Amino acid sequence: MSALTREETQALIQEVLEVYPEKAKKDRAKHLAVNDPSVEQSKKCIISNRKSLPGVMTIRGCAYAGSKGVVWGPIKDMIHISHGPVGCGQYSRAGRRNYYVGHTGVNTFGTMNFTSDFQEKDIVFGGDKKLDKLITEIEGLFPLSKGLSIQSECPIGLIGDDIEAVAKKKSKELDKPIVPVRCEGFRGVSQSLGHHIANDSIRDWVIGNRDGDHAFQAGPYDVAVIGDYNIGGDAWSSRILLEEMGLRVVAQWSGDGTLSEMELTPKVKLNLIHCYRSMNYISRHMEEKYGIPWMEYNFFGPTKIAESLRRIAAFFDETIQANAERVIDKYRAEYEAVIAKYRPRLEGRRVMLYVGGLRPRHVIGAYEDLGMEVVGTGYEFAHNDDYDRTMKEMGNATLLYDDITGYEFEEFVKKVKPDLVGSGIKEKYIFQKMGIPFRQMHSWDYSGPYHGYDGFAIFARDMDMTINNPCWRTMQAPWQQSAEGEAQTMAASA
Amino acid sequence: MAMRQCAIYGKGGIGKSTTTQNLVAGLAELGKKVMIVGCDPKADSTRLILHAKAQNTIMQMAADAGSVEDLELEDVLKVGYGNIKCVESGGPEPGVGCAGRGVITAINFLEEEGAYEDDLDFVFYDVLGDVVCGGFAMPIRENKAQEIYIVVSGEMMAMFAANNIAKGIVKYASSGGVRLAGLICNSRNTAREDELITELARQLGTQMIHFVPRDNVVQRAEIRRMTVIEYDPKAKQADEYRTLAQKIVDNKMFVIPTPITMDALEDLLMDFGLMDGEDESIVGKTAAEELAA
Repeated sequence: MSALTREETQALIQEVLEVYPEKAKKDRAKHLAVNDPSVEQSKKCIISNRKSLPGVMTIRGCAYAGSKGVVWGPIKDMIHISHGPVGCGQYSRAGRRNYYVGHTGVNTFGTMNFTSDFQEKDIVFGGDKKLDKLITEIEGLFPLSKGLSIQSECPIGLIGDDIEAVAKKKSKELDKPIVPVRCEGFRGVSQSLGHHIANDSIRDWVIGNRDGDHAFQAGPYDVAVIGDYNIGGDAWSSRILLEEMGLRVVAQWSGDGTLSEMELTPKVKLNLIHCYRSMNYISRHMEEKYGIPWMEYNFFGPTKIAESLRRIAAFFDETIQANAERVIDKYRAEYEAVIAKYRPRLEGRRVMLYVGGLRPRHVIGAYEDLGMEVVGTGYEFAHNDDYDRTMKEMGNATLLYDDITGYEFEEFVKKVKPDLVGSGIKEKYIFQKMGIPFRQMHSWDYSGPYHGYDGFAIFARDMDMTINNPCWRTMQAPWQQSAEGEAQTMAASA
Repeated sequence: MAMRQCAIYGKGGIGKSTTTQNLVAGLAELGKKVMIVGCDPKADSTRLILHAKAQNTIMQMAADAGSVEDLELEDVLKVGYGNIKCVESGGPEPGVGCAGRGVITAINFLEEEGAYEDDLDFVFYDVLGDVVCGGFAMPIRENKAQEIYIVVSGEMMAMFAANNIAKGIVKYASSGGVRLAGLICNSRNTAREDELITELARQLGTQMIHFVPRDNVVQRAEIRRMTVIEYDPKAKQADEYRTLAQKIVDNKMFVIPTPITMDALEDLLMDFGLMDGEDESIVGKTAAEELAA
């Protein structure tokens, strides 16, 4: 199927909106748009970061998910207490595949669940005493933790517990940082506010911890990787490229990250942001307070990687700039071989994405390197600065959808008929049953890494094995196939 | 006779707990089987019946034992004067936790443990002054109290509170069977108090079920942690509570109240000289400005 024209795409949006009652139609219309790459400000055509409508299936998370699940959770040498009833902590445990090195339960705690397991009496009488006791017990059992964070679940905010007072008292007692985070799930419209709250708590309780301490020997090439959660090892395959070009990566935020890395970040020369949405706040803060510049980069696919490496190098001297070219040259044969192998198998295939954070725009380049086209994209919890950035990356007349409902997503896919859908676990089986190849693009479908040159090879392989999987040819029962189709199947299996 | 469940509401400090315990003592004298459920974290709804400082509360004992499932009914249910059964929901000290949840948990516990099944004639819920959240409305939700008595006096704020409580009852009356059963005037010796409350009751569509005069014997009894009926059965005040008890037994007037507007309430107060007519020209003027004018 050839690409849709602007008019056809607009008509498709109208058709999908048609089933809604007037009020819902009016609201949802603002979240769906036909892309025009020449538009500078996305707010002219799409609206985002608004409350989801009741009654539609939304794919969003909550503020707790944004803080504990995304920002704080991967800090591996701290213990993150899910403060409240047991479920929030248990169902968010280790699901994001933030890889790390260390001895779990000894000096790292990433895949463990620490919870205050609230009971009725804790609600009625308040949970501060229990929190105090719990922290003492944690210290006894896991003395090598470098600090703790208290991730508030909904009831903490409802009953008004004073977790800040407990944090201050215990922090003094144990002589390690204890960070209270007011990320109650009911706050905000999505996980996005949780990212912001988590960033603010880092600002207030961590960033300034070593302001007067000059023991750290700062170097001229110090950088921090911000907003890489090391899903399937993403940060590792990014870090090696930066190191090969002569930069020193002082901190990884927050995949495979540590408390001391966060504390040392204000001493770096440049902050490199991968996931802008979840960590632009702290980067802006460090720019204001310490004068550290920050830049966004993209390590998906060789085109964007080379572009990013050169832009990063431009911040430094000629040595680094020459090194950047050397790094690109070093990997050229490798990524060209990947393209030579997979591009013929994927050329012209069309993709629809619906994910969060940075992926709806950042992976476009990687698909294009493989000759594929992203014909629709959208975010769970973006703000308009994300769409500003996305509209430039997407082709003319492609589909943009914000906080898409289950119904809209299915209808769009039925009409656009992409060759691949990339979204989350809840969407996966729906689209697979519709006969459409699917990749779970939150945690790379248990694969990865996808960042860097190493990641690109895996990305290309995964897309190929999904799209060209022989199972899609068997979607139709033999008795429903035409004689012609049957002949093809026979030929294929022969 | 089927068990009647009554809830007592009213402005804080108006004398809800004292009135409830005294009238319940009157009901006990009439041979009625009564239970008092205190729904206030202060847990002072049963002290005059039990001669106790403060009863062990359901929530405190549950916290000590681990959870509410670890409690037995006899642990929390005490029997005092006139075989009156007493329980206190209890709750946190001021400033922490969620007292409303404590009331919900405690009442659910009583239901599950069958506290209501024992051929009771009356259950009285004595509820915290301000219905600040859903928990304190628990006693008037479905299958709980059907009759609400509001304790009031001739003071302006007490009447405001009574009208506000009436608004709350309207909300629950439409979803369940709860009705306003009358105003109990606990006299503060203000001018024309009985007429005023009678008129307020009329406007709310209900009755002033009884006018309880002020009498120091109530305080004397209270110091001894006793009701007047027990402390001095021959006192005139004891008869007042007996009369109130009898009126409640005979009460048939259960209404959905018609709360009045702020303006109507102010008019009423003006008619009785409790409030001056509103003078728009003085609104927002400081003393200094008035002097200058």
